[in-house]
Amino acid sequence: MSTPDPTSAMEQFAATFREEAADLLTDVETTLLALETSPDDPDLIARAFRALHTIKGSSAMFGFTDITTFAHALETTFDEVRKGNIAVTPALVSLALQGKDLIRSMLDGSGADTKEACAEVIHALREMDVAAQPPAPAAPRVSAPRPPDPPAVAKTYRVAFQPQADLLKDGTNPLGLWTELLELGSGEVVATTDQIPPLHDLVPDACYVAWDAVLTTQKDEAALRDVFLFVEDRGALTITLADDGESDTEDDKKLGQILIERGSIRPEQLQAALAAQPRLGTILTVGGTVAPDQVAAALAEQRVTRQARAERAAGAPVDAAASVRVAADKLDDLVDLVGELVIAQSRLTQVAASRDDLELVAIAEDVERLTADLRDNTLNLRMVPIGSTFNRFKRLVRDLSTELGKQIDLVTDGAETELDKTVIERLGDPLVHIIRNSCDHGIESPADREASGKPPTGTVRLAAYQSGPNVIIEIHDDGAGLDVEAIREKAIARGLMAADASLSEGELFQLVFLAGFSTAKSVSVVSGRGVGMDVVKRSIDALRGTVELKSKRGAGTTLRIKLPLTLAIIDGLLVSVGTGRYVLPMSLVEECVEISRAQVEEARGAHLVPVRGELVPYMRLREWFHEEGEQPLVEQIAIASTEGRRFGFAVDDVIGQHQTVIKTMGRMYGDTEGLAGATILGDGTVALIVDVAGVIRNAIPAGPPPS
Amino acid sequence: MSRTILVVDDSLSMRQMVSHTLEQAGYAVKAAVNGREGLEVAQANAVDLVVTDVNMPEMDGIALVRALRAEPNHRYTPILVLTTESTDTKKAEGKAAGATGWLVKPFSPDQLLKVVTKVLP
Repeated sequence: MSTPDPTSAMEQFAATFREEAADLLTDVETTLLALETSPDDPDLIARAFRALHTIKGSSAMFGFTDITTFAHALETTFDEVRKGNIAVTPALVSLALQGKDLIRSMLDGSGADTKEACAEVIHALREMDVAAQPPAPAAPRVSAPRPPDPPAVAKTYRVAFQPQADLLKDGTNPLGLWTELLELGSGEVVATTDQIPPLHDLVPDACYVAWDAVLTTQKDEAALRDVFLFVEDRGALTITLADDGESDTEDDKKLGQILIERGSIRPEQLQAALAAQPRLGTILTVGGTVAPDQVAAALAEQRVTRQARAERAAGAPVDAAASVRVAADKLDDLVDLVGELVIAQSRLTQVAASRDDLELVAIAEDVERLTADLRDNTLNLRMVPIGSTFNRFKRLVRDLSTELGKQIDLVTDGAETELDKTVIERLGDPLVHIIRNSCDHGIESPADREASGKPPTGTVRLAAYQSGPNVIIEIHDDGAGLDVEAIREKAIARGLMAADASLSEGELFQLVFLAGFSTAKSVSVVSGRGVGMDVVKRSIDALRGTVELKSKRGAGTTLRIKLPLTLAIIDGLLVSVGTGRYVLPMSLVEECVEISRAQVEEARGAHLVPVRGELVPYMRLREWFHEEGEQPLVEQIAIASTEGRRFGFAVDDVIGQHQTVIKTMGRMYGDTEGLAGATILGDGTVALIVDVAGVIRNAIPAGPPPS
Repeated sequence: MSRTILVVDDSLSMRQMVSHTLEQAGYAVKAAVNGREGLEVAQANAVDLVVTDVNMPEMDGIALVRALRAEPNHRYTPILVLTTESTDTKKAEGKAAGATGWLVKPFSPDQLLKVVTKVLP
């Protein structure tokens, strides 16, 4: 959905608050320590007070109520200090320091039980306060949810506001008040303008107008009063009930009756006017008994009341909720069902195409279009912005830089990029790992950085953006970069590559993702990079993503993660081998080439195919999956690219692109090598989805083959 | 043309929350970290509404309201004061200085937007 989830935005602010509060606490600590040496410095006292006050205010905003209560107690004490009622003593300072530590553990959520300690500190503070002043009020008001309104009946109110002349002087816009009032229901406003003086007497920013409104609303009188919250002291507001919304038997009120109820005329005046008949309003106005505006206001009331009754009779419309919270399971079920629907629809399309029935084809096309829209909308429901995940890392980088004694800035970009909820959830841990590595082993110490002519503060850049059906996440650091030679030596030492093999830089970098590489935990730039990178790689593989590593010695390292937008549906390349059908993820397939029997024989058993001047290794899906039958004279090879190298899959035939709804395999087949799942084709047959990365890993067990 | 709101608060999280909420609602937002900076921004820019915290270093919110009312350009600019105290003294102080309205912390994004629409001309 395009509207961002408000809860996740709030979580982001809460994360910022945590960081900010941590800073403020550090500030509080410094200030307190300074106060110990100069206990009378008013600037220091004000600073401590302000920091505590900010912590209190913001913690309440972002739902840290325990902190709010506690910070309030501390703030109250410092308020007394500020006023000179309490002196700064070493006891007060150490109590405040203790309090500061407590707030910090509440922030981290680490302190298992801070309640008792808090209570003790509050108690001690109170005792100091008592010496100076009566006890502080218990806790600030923390937004109590309003009790649900009782089932509302639309009532009609008269709202009159007679402002003072200075109403406009503080920027109040009276028009806004009435617009706001009318938004509460339906009604009319009439301005009384007879007090406006001739132009030469007029003061431009004085208010001469009074207003009368009649409003039919389901809201109560308090809600109406709320509209005038900021101006209640700048005028006289009267709200009276004109119609209680229930007495339907009563006839419409006559104008005269309304005027009397509103206090515009007295009953005797009405009687006198009625005696002279024609139209009451005209008579009263012409006779000067009431101002035209007042009659207009009364007529407005009559209209509004009439309309309210009419609506009541017709059954008035009720406001619907703007958003709904849904359990994630229900969404998953919906996505599953839509997946089934996509399958059924493609069968329909296939059947329709085989019959010579234009009507059926037209229906099939409609269904296809609707299904596509439904699918996109459904998948969209699960999309959430990646920003909340990003914010976690700000804290991580902060903490790491303190821990490691480095200066590191985290820059994020593209926080609004949306990804499937499941993908985001499973992405957190690998990202933590990568960022940890970047800070720990990528960014150098400030001294080293300055020595190599870089600014002392290192930057880790975390960026996300969408690129076609994929989301790209890049983690870049401007640190030392990888040492290619050291990787080579280590790979040889670990038996991951032959000593005489010549690998490209890209291929060498891919080695750090191999499991064998990660066992070493020495502290050199390179070995550190390897820690757990195989785990990262596996997590990204499981998300059907790819990881690429680029690095330049001395300039930094970039990890590029490419992820599919969603896990439920992929674009696949449908191929056939014998009687079997297989799907290769389209995102990995670069191109398809042909290889003839003659070429195969020429290669004398080496599984290599020339592609644009490069020899690319390939394997036959027929052999991998033990499909029966002979390979055709001309085979098709789908060239897949993953982990910076290319690999071919020889198949009998390429059928074409196929939108694939992924079904996970049952428990029995869960561990089958080389299979990522299955899908059902339009004609009802099953096709298996090839786990491209898995097959390649198995086909080439120890790194890329020597070329 | 979207209207410009100046947000003045020394707390980063508050500034972010308020700015984000207003931006989401389609307003253009300028931010300042204290009253003095807020005044400078207001002097240099056309601002349709000022939302300011009270307790800030350098120049507090009440002083900012007074200073803005002394500016010919901002004599009638609506000003909302964000206060932590629900007590009437702070509101009265803000009102007396010339603030248009106030909002008591903690408030929700919805409450903020409601009050903003209330005072925007």
